[in-house]
Amino acid sequence: MDLAALANCLASPSCVVTQTVGGLIIGMLLFLVTAGLTLIFGVLKVINFAHGSFYMLGAYFALTIFKLSGSYLLTVIGAALATGAVGFIFERLFISRVYGRNVLMQLLVCYGFILIFDDVVKIIWGPEFKSMGMPAMFQVPPLFIAGGVVPPFYLFLLGITLMIGFALWLVIEKTRIGKTVRAAAYNPGMVSALGVNTDILYGVVFALGGLLAGFAGALAAPVRSLTPGMGFSVLIESFIVTAIGGIGSIAGAFAAAVAIGLIRSFGSVGFPLFAEGLMYLFMVIILVTKPTGLFGKEIA
Amino acid sequence: MMRPRSLAFDLALGIMVLAALTIIPIVFPSKALVDFVIRGAALALFATSLNLLIGYGGMVSFGHGMFFGLGTYSFGLLMQRTGMPIPAAFAITLIVSALVALSVGLVCIHVKEIYFAFITLAFQMLLYSLIILWVPLTGGDQGLTGGIPRPPFLGINLANQGHLYLASCTLLVSGLMLMRHIVESPFGYTLRVVRDNATRAGFLGVKVLRVRLLAFVLAGVFAAAGGVIMSLFVSGAYPEFAYWTVSGEGIFIIMLGGLNTFLGPTVGTVILLLLNDVVTRFTEYYGLALGTVILLFALGLRRGLLDLLIELWRRLTAPSGKTRSRVRPARR
Repeated sequence: MDLAALANCLASPSCVVTQTVGGLIIGMLLFLVTAGLTLIFGVLKVINFAHGSFYMLGAYFALTIFKLSGSYLLTVIGAALATGAVGFIFERLFISRVYGRNVLMQLLVCYGFILIFDDVVKIIWGPEFKSMGMPAMFQVPPLFIAGGVVPPFYLFLLGITLMIGFALWLVIEKTRIGKTVRAAAYNPGMVSALGVNTDILYGVVFALGGLLAGFAGALAAPVRSLTPGMGFSVLIESFIVTAIGGIGSIAGAFAAAVAIGLIRSFGSVGFPLFAEGLMYLFMVIILVTKPTGLFGKEIA
Repeated sequence: MMRPRSLAFDLALGIMVLAALTIIPIVFPSKALVDFVIRGAALALFATSLNLLIGYGGMVSFGHGMFFGLGTYSFGLLMQRTGMPIPAAFAITLIVSALVALSVGLVCIHVKEIYFAFITLAFQMLLYSLIILWVPLTGGDQGLTGGIPRPPFLGINLANQGHLYLASCTLLVSGLMLMRHIVESPFGYTLRVVRDNATRAGFLGVKVLRVRLLAFVLAGVFAAAGGVIMSLFVSGAYPEFAYWTVSGEGIFIIMLGGLNTFLGPTVGTVILLLLNDVVTRFTEYYGLALGTVILLFALGLRRGLLDLLIELWRRLTAPSGKTRSRVRPARR
């Protein structure tokens, strides 16, 4: 424990800026992954335990597309779409068979796929650590805000995740498709009776969830090292965010992801060995006081 | 037909199994086999204790591994620091686990379903983080190294692999018999009622929370006993034993073997250990092979192996011509 370091950091604007931006980056990537997870749960009532694998796939797709095209914009879009497509196929072929079954059966199917996806990545891309490197357009000197170092890529990442979050909210709250999705979450039988093909709708929602995770993976690729199994730690963290924010709530996911990001970032200054522990402590405190999470509602 | 429910039947069966386990290494002297059974005993005790919660109590815990880890650390530390006799350290470990399970349980039993899974997971990871943090006591991410002293007691020397084998088998069989006795007791049936309909159980005068809490504590104690075997086997304790993947593995074992049958988790343990050994011998793509087997179970068989066998047996032995359903109704 190093409370003096934490006090020093909080007293200096440059440290506060650096740690806050670092925390927001962690939080924003987590938000994208968790938003997909919670969206899928909200409509399909399935917890996609293989969600971390989609994050991993997004990162590896990004690696390959970037190597082939050299354009980071194309990379992010391509990787997200490709991951979404994998999600659609995954839902139609496998997840659709376990709707309404024991949650442990769903977990088992997803666990099987975590293992399979990890090995497939190992076969295609190799077991060693990979790194994509920073795209040329972001290889410019960092900005200094109040003395804190802020790489331009971080600002790009913050901006684009906020935009995606806003777009997601617009689609779900303001469009006809969003209305159908919300209706299907509430009463799928009625939506189906009104002439909506709910099978395809489920596939599309799952694909959208996968797309968000793939997007996060592609955005993380320049700043994280890629390894098979990288989805695992993201999976557990997105569970924590889901539990804290309240399952099924995208606003809750946002708030919890930012909180977790900041806790990790400042925690690593003050409690180097217990940064993760702080996260779990926070989770315990929230769940003890409000078991359904900050924004969660009791599921009937 | 003899109903396989009575205590006498269980006792006789237990003694027979124990006798068989004693003879096996004499007939097939193999170190690999002995190691296999010791590891299996630790995992089977753990998985069966988890099934007290999942199968009988309907409480899906993602944090049950915390008691397994607690068992390894508590026992390892007591032996390294105090040098007390092994049975005393074993007893204290069980008491410590019961107390921790009681305090964690008091918080967790109030929430249900996925929230119960989340909160137990959080507590487990909190324990894991404490183990990593408290370096002077636990050795941090290195774990308890330097070996655990295993002084002989009553002529039993657990540093000897043969003695450890017999002790593990005895612990496994007596642990299973005790748990069997628990789930067949009035308390066990109350637990099933609470699982199926807690509201109705409450109206019938059952103290629902108290039943859940007792199940949580009992399961924690048996999981710790599994942890003690593991700690004796590896002569140490490592943070991985307290990591959430241990809980995941427990659930996985239960699903492989079957959660509706008492011995399902034990069968599941054998399947998983065999899979581990066979698959790693034949292919470097362990995940691909294991993942495929999992999918066969989840999408093909749709139930654990022992559940499937018992269902088939019921179908074969049920008198023909009757129209009543011979298969137990599926439950959520």
